[in-house]
Amino acid sequence: MSIQAEIQAATGGFAIQAEFDAPQGSCTAIVGPNGAGKTTLIHALAGLIPLQKGRIVLAGQLVDDATQGVHVPSNRRPIALHSQHNLLFPHLSVVDNVAFGPQCSGLSTRLARQRAEEWLHKVGLADMAELRPAQLSGGQAQRVGLARAAACQPDVLLLDESLASLDAETRTDVRHLLADIPATRVLITHDPVEARVLADQLLVMERGEIVQTGTPEEVTADPRTPWTAGLLDINLLTGQAIGTHVALDCGLALTTATPMTGPVLVTFSPAAVTLSTAEPHTSARNTWQAEVARIQPESDRVRVLLGAPAPCHVWVTPQAANELGLSAGTRCWAALKATELTVREA
Amino acid sequence: MTDRPASKEPNRRPPIAILMMAVIAVTVLALPLVGLLQRTPWSSLGTTLGEAATLEALRVSVVVSLLAAALSVALGLPLAWVLARLSFRGRALVRAVVLLPMVLPPVVGGIALFFALGRRGLVGRALHNWFGLDTLIGTTAGAVIAAAFVSMPFFVITAEAGLRQLDPRLESAASTLGAGRWTVLRRITLPLLAPSLAAGATLSWARALGEFGATITFAGNHPGRTRTLPLAIAQANEAGQPEAAIAMSVLLIGVSLLILIGLRHRWIAPRTSQPDDSPKSSPS
Repeated sequence: MSIQAEIQAATGGFAIQAEFDAPQGSCTAIVGPNGAGKTTLIHALAGLIPLQKGRIVLAGQLVDDATQGVHVPSNRRPIALHSQHNLLFPHLSVVDNVAFGPQCSGLSTRLARQRAEEWLHKVGLADMAELRPAQLSGGQAQRVGLARAAACQPDVLLLDESLASLDAETRTDVRHLLADIPATRVLITHDPVEARVLADQLLVMERGEIVQTGTPEEVTADPRTPWTAGLLDINLLTGQAIGTHVALDCGLALTTATPMTGPVLVTFSPAAVTLSTAEPHTSARNTWQAEVARIQPESDRVRVLLGAPAPCHVWVTPQAANELGLSAGTRCWAALKATELTVREA
Repeated sequence: MTDRPASKEPNRRPPIAILMMAVIAVTVLALPLVGLLQRTPWSSLGTTLGEAATLEALRVSVVVSLLAAALSVALGLPLAWVLARLSFRGRALVRAVVLLPMVLPPVVGGIALFFALGRRGLVGRALHNWFGLDTLIGTTAGAVIAAAFVSMPFFVITAEAGLRQLDPRLESAASTLGAGRWTVLRRITLPLLAPSLAAGATLSWARALGEFGATITFAGNHPGRTRTLPLAIAQANEAGQPEAAIAMSVLLIGVSLLILIGLRHRWIAPRTSQPDDSPKSSPS
């Protein structure tokens, strides 16, 4: 385990309680509504706030133990933090900002700058090296902040909403970059797609506590709270696009309204799918036959989980579920309009 | 900044009444200077300023004011940090005491210093009894203490304001990137604070250069040791040598003006806000 954390901490009258482990090189995404304590949790891992109870072990190093009075300061933890507010040093150039961490780890100025330039290149800002942070746009500043944290080459990389202000295209690049970083990563995100694509483990936080832990698939299949269900209520499939034709990795082919080429993420709402027992004659471009994996009644609707060939959630009314006689194992037809699909670069 | 367009471009003709009041204010402040300059014996200025006594007073002034400014920085910076960063009971009282010398007549400061550090004073007696350190009165060290007493508050408030403007999250960001306390201080805190520190130090130096009341009351008026330019000017004026007094005054005004002009951006215009305060402005 690269992270073993039992955390009970408080800042400004707000308390959090969290317990989780993360294996070496894994990516943990923390999701939750605003004010759930996600940033507080990250700050506790970073050593910016002390623990009231519990202990934290990072990459084999005991960094916090409330009962033994251990609290290792941030700079001696095997971490780097990229904060939500970027907090670039206004008096240093972009490249010197990124070189700051490597320099602190003992690298010579020349080598630190060299590493900084490599990272700036990776985030696509090599030509901004000599600018001041004030001259950057919000998205550029965020990429510099990310490069600055990653350039430390920490065992544990902590990212507080690192992709929030990036445009779609840059976001994809940065997501690939994050996926390739060998560090154990803990990231806060508000983007369900990001959480599911990047994370090996999802922590759902609400009111200062972790209310659910699991792989994205597990959490999506069985969301424990309405907030989680709302966040993850989006079907996500991957595939290869050629024009408006997408060959999904699960085997099914879909027709979309957005021509693309190459690897794509296809998302659609559970409300966009209609179910029928007989093969439908419909304007929907996509129909397929599937087996119902599970039925889960919710307050005013029924969540139907379809199995192969394209695992996805579908909402139907309780009346419709009755009329169709849906239960686990029922075979039915699914119909999905091309215009209901959102396609983006993977 | 979302200023309304109207406020971007102010009315081209400012109200005449305001202009007139401003002109009167400048006149009140500048008239004495004009009076002085008009009486200045420009032809003999060089010889008057070249006299040994004048040069000696200038030397004492420079030494005393620089040492006082250095003392203000050395002691004032930790104090400013405490006032800006720690919250404790009685902080308001401490700040009031620190700023008191700015509003106190310097002569009161001099008398207070006398009863504290004089041979029979509260601390002065202890210094005498325990360390054999004799009175500071009449020494350059005494003059430095008197000048620091009146000038340190100028440094403290400037440095405290600078520290308050500095986002402490920048310092914690540095520590989460591996910087120890010393590195944070050296590479983040001090560079960001530099403009405020420079402004505060210069301001306190300027105040020390003009110091008169506390110095003459506490340290006395001894040529070569405590007689600074202001003391020498007063001396010359009372001894019926207005020409010498005027010449030295012009010298002092010149030096002070140079300092203030050098300072004007720092002291008058507030520092610009941190540029990355708005993280979610626009995507790249």
